[in-house]
Amino acid sequence: MNDIRNQEREESTRTEESPALLPPVDVIEDSGGITLYADLPGVPKEQLTLQVDADTLTIAGNIVLPLIEGLESTHAEVASPRYHRSFTLSRELDTDRVGADFNHGVLRVRIPKKEHALPRKIAVAVG
Amino acid sequence: MFYRTLLPADVLAQLERMQRAAQHNLDFTPSIRGASRSGYPAMNVGLTPRSVEVFAFAPGLDPASIDVQIEKGVLTVAGERASLAPPKEAQATLHIDERFSGRFRRVVSLPDDIDPNAVNARYRDGVLHVSVSRRETSQPRRIDIQ
Repeated sequence: MNDIRNQEREESTRTEESPALLPPVDVIEDSGGITLYADLPGVPKEQLTLQVDADTLTIAGNIVLPLIEGLESTHAEVASPRYHRSFTLSRELDTDRVGADFNHGVLRVRIPKKEHALPRKIAVAVG
Repeated sequence: MFYRTLLPADVLAQLERMQRAAQHNLDFTPSIRGASRSGYPAMNVGLTPRSVEVFAFAPGLDPASIDVQIEKGVLTVAGERASLAPPKEAQATLHIDERFSGRFRRVVSLPDDIDPNAVNARYRDGVLHVSVSRRETSQPRRIDIQ
């Protein structure tokens, strides 16, 4: 099974008109939990959706650029106005305590591990 | 008008990214400036009769550290983005590492009729928007017939 540590779930977005952009992410795990950073440039805070549904974390956002009268595109590398990406979370992550902040187009999501999943030192008895 | 709608799904967007990288190497007449490293920041450029509008998708920067210059009709956007990778001694693992970090520099050639003194740059939601005015003379004018 895929999980957040190696691969995002492939999600069909055929229902929507335009293909969504896949935001690049960094995922860092430490003993207390997982931190995810995602680049979502051009998305204002109110156009960002972060959703945890059972074991799936979904990031979605719409790009809002200033409207300029008579603008004709001559070169476009950002070819869609939407971002969408989802990840499957593993069971030891505590989805009730997800924290997030969003600054200059970078989303930071912190998912702590459940208490019982925190590392414990196990003494090895000899003999 | 600013976006293309050709690909049916997310997966294809990823494929396109790979394809574009491959194309840069195969292209017989590549741009003289070559492909930018990792394509950061991605850029959209558009024209209006009065201005040239450049959008650089550069999230996570300190606005004061972005260097925007116009010299001889070329717009340069440069800066640096710090890496968030955990230090080696930390008990942390980097599972996915896709975001750009390090120094970057991208250039855009501007049309001949721009006014380098009428430039406006704004950084908002991780997008740098540079608006360069075009000279009056190049704007379409209606000529009265006598």
